[in-house]
Amino acid sequence: MASDSAARGLVMLEASAQLQDARGSRLRARAGKAWAALWPKALAIAIVLAGWQLIHLSGWKKDIFPGPGATLANLWDQLHTGLLWHAIGTTLQRAVVGFGLAVLIGSVVGALVSRIKPLRAAIGSLITGLQTMPSIAWFPFAIILFGISTTAIMFVIVLGAAPSIANGLIAGVDYTPPTLLRAGKVMGLRRLSLYRYLILPASLPAFVAGLKQGWAFAWRSLMAGELLVVIANQPSIGVLLSTDQDQADMVSATAIIIVILVIGIVVDSLFNVANGAIRRRWGLAGS
Amino acid sequence: MTLIERQARPSQGKASVSVRLAGVSKVFGRGSSAVRALDRISLQIAPGEFVCLIGASGCGKSTLLSLVAGLEQPTAGEVTVGGGKVAFMFQEAALFPWLTAAGNVELALRAHGSAKAERQRRAAELLELVHLGGFGGKRPHELSGGMRQRVSLARALAQDADVLLMDEPFGALDAMTRDVLHDELDRICAGRDLTVLFVTHNVREAVRLGDRVVVLSSRPGRVIEDFDVPIGRPRRIDSAAVAELAARITDRLREEMSRHGK
Ligand SMILES: Nc1ncnc2c1ncn2[C@@H]1O[C@H](COP(=O)(O)OP(=O)(O)O)[C@@H](O)[C@H]1O
Ligand SMILES: [Mg+2]
Repeated sequence: MASDSAARGLVMLEASAQLQDARGSRLRARAGKAWAALWPKALAIAIVLAGWQLIHLSGWKKDIFPGPGATLANLWDQLHTGLLWHAIGTTLQRAVVGFGLAVLIGSVVGALVSRIKPLRAAIGSLITGLQTMPSIAWFPFAIILFGISTTAIMFVIVLGAAPSIANGLIAGVDYTPPTLLRAGKVMGLRRLSLYRYLILPASLPAFVAGLKQGWAFAWRSLMAGELLVVIANQPSIGVLLSTDQDQADMVSATAIIIVILVIGIVVDSLFNVANGAIRRRWGLAGS
Repeated sequence: MTLIERQARPSQGKASVSVRLAGVSKVFGRGSSAVRALDRISLQIAPGEFVCLIGASGCGKSTLLSLVAGLEQPTAGEVTVGGGKVAFMFQEAALFPWLTAAGNVELALRAHGSAKAERQRRAAELLELVHLGGFGGKRPHELSGGMRQRVSLARALAQDADVLLMDEPFGALDAMTRDVLHDELDRICAGRDLTVLFVTHNVREAVRLGDRVVVLSSRPGRVIEDFDVPIGRPRRIDSAAVAELAARITDRLREEMSRHGK
């Protein structure tokens, strides 16, 4: 009896030691992973800054071209003013609304086109054609139609992003593995239920890829729009940038460009996180 | 007749044919590129019978199963399935990667419109039946090949079908895992009135499992011989009786293949 409980105690001790060990090594593994993901990025930023500084030191266009020091200091200052944050707020709000509309419209169009044969024959290639259209070319059209307004910008964002989103969904539906389709059919899934429980979930990875591409188009369209469609009393990132252009304020313009770049990268990496989560869930991840 | 001791051998009261193929042909494509996959196949399977279909690869075995499942239509002839409900188990488990093991089984139950709580209970029961109790929360990629086929079997059983079609379901498994699954399949079939049409290119597997072994020729697929398997259960794949009949069937296949080769 006594030796039995002693043995049990020993086992429990061992187990808890193992647990702690496992916890510690998991933490270490996570830190290691974060570091492995971070250092190449940090290195890339350092290389860009060093190159930039070198060009600056070489004296090329000395009077106009700012060095990283002055630019980053300017950015730091602007980050402490309400104006930049206000502008970021306006721009991001437009991005969210415009991209949201594009997702809605792209998904509906993609779903319809992927299921209805005549519709595909009619507008399938039109969607791909729209995708190749440089969105800035739509602005004269949009401005004449909607005037200098947020609506004009939204219109071009949707035209820029929705085709990619629709095409992502269509590709996902088209490439649903035939073995899974057969399995679904013999399981008695038909028409709508086949679509809802099999084809749509099977299309998810391609759909997310379409979203990611759609976002890139939306962001570009939005920046073009804010530069072309300058709405008074509504500071946006585009407005700040065109003010800098008017005042030939190169330092501030460069600082704003960095802001645009960072926002683009952050949102893109959100899509990458979503994509990685799906791939892991499905067992598609490499590691 | 000392043929088969299986309980579910053709029961008298019911229709005596579960699956019937009458002069079934299947041609893929048209004109010069047409492929005649099956040629005037006639085959009858009694309710509760376990029939193994064997033949060289490309002889039309999968096509035959697709016809019985209604996934393809015959070019000529007639396929009838008494009772009507057919389940299918594929060589690759064909599990849905976005669902857990239990989720895969539950989706098959959903097609029958049972309520969620009932589906969950039934799915757990079926996973228990294939000895996967406790693995319901795992995703397909977290399971071994043998476990995936167990889930696939549970999913097929969830359809509560009268006829189970199996297309080389254990073809990609190692011999040991396959032996275990043979035993489990025997056990599961013994308890129900399930008609099974099992495709394999492994002659011993066919003799180990089947009440009958139907041999198909190649290009086009025709029934060349229909062997009864007068070996009592439980059987072992390495028993002398199984080996002896397997050798006879292999000889018959060889003869057919060499004739075809000329
Ligand atoms: N969907 C299809 N379209 C054209 N040819 C097919 C199709 N399915 C099968 N075949 C042809 O029919 C023949 C039999 O195929 P299959 O039934 O898969 O053979 P098995 O399962 O015995 O290996 C093969 O020659 C194959 O190329
Ligand atoms: Mg096959």
